[in-house]
Amino acid sequence: MKDAFGLPQSLLILGGTSEIALATARRLIARRTRTVRLAGRPSPRLEQAAEGLRALGADVRTVAFDALDPESHETVLGKVFAEGDIDMVLLAFGILGDQARDEREPVNAVRVAQTNYTGAVSAGLVSARALQTQGHGSLVVLSSVAGERARRSNFIYGSSKAGLDAFAQGLGDALHGTGVHVMVVRPGFVRSRMTAGLDEAPLATTPEAVAAAVEGGLRRRSETVWVPGALRLVMSAMRHVPRAVFRRLPV
Amino acid sequence: MPAETVSVTGWGRTAPTTARLIRPRTYEEAVAAVRDCGTRGGIPRGLGRAYGDAAQNAGGAVLDMTGLDRIHAIDAADGTVLCDAGVSLHRLMQILLPLGWFVPVTPGTRYVTVGGAIGADIHGKNHHVSGSFSRHVLSLELLTADGGVHTVSPGTPLFDATTGGMGLTGVILTATIRLHPVETSLMSVDTERAADLDDLMARLTATDHRYRYSVAWIDLLARGAATGRAVLTRGDHAPLGALPKAARARRDPLAFRPSQLPAAPAFLPDGLLTRRTVGLFNEVWYRRAPRARAGQLQRISTFFHPLDGVPHWNRIYGRGGFVQYQFVVGYGQEEALRRIVHRISERRCPSFLAVLKRFGDADPGWLSFPAPGWTLALDIPAALPGLDSFLDELDEEVAAAGGRVYLAKDSRMQPDLLAAMYPRLGDFRALREELDPRGVFMSDLARRLTL
Repeated sequence: MKDAFGLPQSLLILGGTSEIALATARRLIARRTRTVRLAGRPSPRLEQAAEGLRALGADVRTVAFDALDPESHETVLGKVFAEGDIDMVLLAFGILGDQARDEREPVNAVRVAQTNYTGAVSAGLVSARALQTQGHGSLVVLSSVAGERARRSNFIYGSSKAGLDAFAQGLGDALHGTGVHVMVVRPGFVRSRMTAGLDEAPLATTPEAVAAAVEGGLRRRSETVWVPGALRLVMSAMRHVPRAVFRRLPV
Repeated sequence: MPAETVSVTGWGRTAPTTARLIRPRTYEEAVAAVRDCGTRGGIPRGLGRAYGDAAQNAGGAVLDMTGLDRIHAIDAADGTVLCDAGVSLHRLMQILLPLGWFVPVTPGTRYVTVGGAIGADIHGKNHHVSGSFSRHVLSLELLTADGGVHTVSPGTPLFDATTGGMGLTGVILTATIRLHPVETSLMSVDTERAADLDDLMARLTATDHRYRYSVAWIDLLARGAATGRAVLTRGDHAPLGALPKAARARRDPLAFRPSQLPAAPAFLPDGLLTRRTVGLFNEVWYRRAPRARAGQLQRISTFFHPLDGVPHWNRIYGRGGFVQYQFVVGYGQEEALRRIVHRISERRCPSFLAVLKRFGDADPGWLSFPAPGWTLALDIPAALPGLDSFLDELDEEVAAAGGRVYLAKDSRMQPDLLAAMYPRLGDFRALREELDPRGVFMSDLARRLTL
């Protein structure tokens, strides 16, 4: 159960190797989290991540989960929920793709969309139903500022996050009053494995900062969290920049 | 039986969860409700005054017991009452005071049910004399997980598991309670100020035994030499002879007329209670108390239940709600108490409802909170930054001093410390395992702390 401060005792991470997710798990383990389930494609990296969290004193297990196989989500996630209540689901899987190559090879672009959007729709709905049956819990969805307005430089990734973001907002409204809390997290440029080698955007942040913002959002029962917070203002201005100007912006 | 799906919180308004709320009006309906709880179980709820998640059950059933509210029999000669568990102490006072009887134990609010009083094994300002509520329960009827109704008497394991058992052994349907005789509905109250914590502890230690009721309001925002300054209010039921001859009270000495202000509005902004506002309140509260005054006549509601005068007073903490922290440390652990008071005072927690009291002998309830020693209770806005880690540190101090935290008020304690604080926890778990193998009775508190 969550405590009076909204912090969970049990955590299910979908996308168990995500640096943001693991930074969040470390933060929450330092508080009340004792049970962590890391769902992801079986890999040495996933096992390593589990080992790292175990060292912090949590009961950690990995779960074989593939975002691209929505057919299996019901069974795989159903098993996790059957073992005990999950106070928080962190939907963290996602791929950035390679914009230039994806434009040339549509099949790859579709993979980005399928992972980030359709995979998340399936896993999000399955998790939401399980949380609703529990009568409590948070579904935290890692969106991105890239979904706020599509940019020339990464619109394939951006459009998938736009879909995810809209889905998560609607899901949050659908679940309002059921005891389930949906929180959409929109980080800006996060320095991580995913963005290694890319040019940094302004207001770049770190997985640790995103984790801190997630914890803060849980405490306040926020529905939307921007990281850093200043992006909320920046992006609300960006939304209104005329297209002709926007496409010339160096972002 | 109608059931609606609602969001439920405790009095502190933190950690809401959703449950099916069922309001049985008869014992048969209560039995049916327990039978049909479903896989996530059920938990009885009274008037929702437990601060934390004791009467919540996410995804399951919450049995609102206030529909079972009949008073079956009053023995006005012997001073006992047999009533349903959903009867409130307020109702009992209304009925019993004119007959010259008072509830044996009342907490800081009259708006608790008899079932809740037993489930949390509540205490009052008279604990050092009268013990906790369960000491005055002569018998109770318990609806258990198998749908059976059992008469449970003091001195049995089931009684000791149920008193303080937070509703997890079953649903209390009725109870027979021994009452306390009074001549009037007024209190004769002595008030005095204590300049600091040592002065306060010395006064309480030296003269508590002279009073049936004793409590000290403590200013936890005072610092330096004034740390722990307090106002002691102690007294007893006023005898008939204490009432002035000409007064109206003489004509109707047992009248029970609590006054009530308008309720707190439903939407109050966060952040009304800051160090500044609470500090100001505390200063005024301390200064307006007489240095020493004896034999002042007060109404029962003024002496015992000042906050009941403002319905929904919990709203003043705003949307974020508040956390209530109450612990006890034994006699001989005064150093731990001093350390904790100093830490709270240095930390500048904006707490304006803090009280210190000396407990008497413990009662046998396995998860019953009171134990001989010092108990401190305080309210803090939940949104105070760093509050969670700070209270964790206090938990450690309390546990190291052999003390414990009160489950009826808890919404956040460290689960790992529970077994050290409640040595009979193992027996409690074993009894539940045997009595309720399918886990029919379940609450958010029980899930959070693995009770």
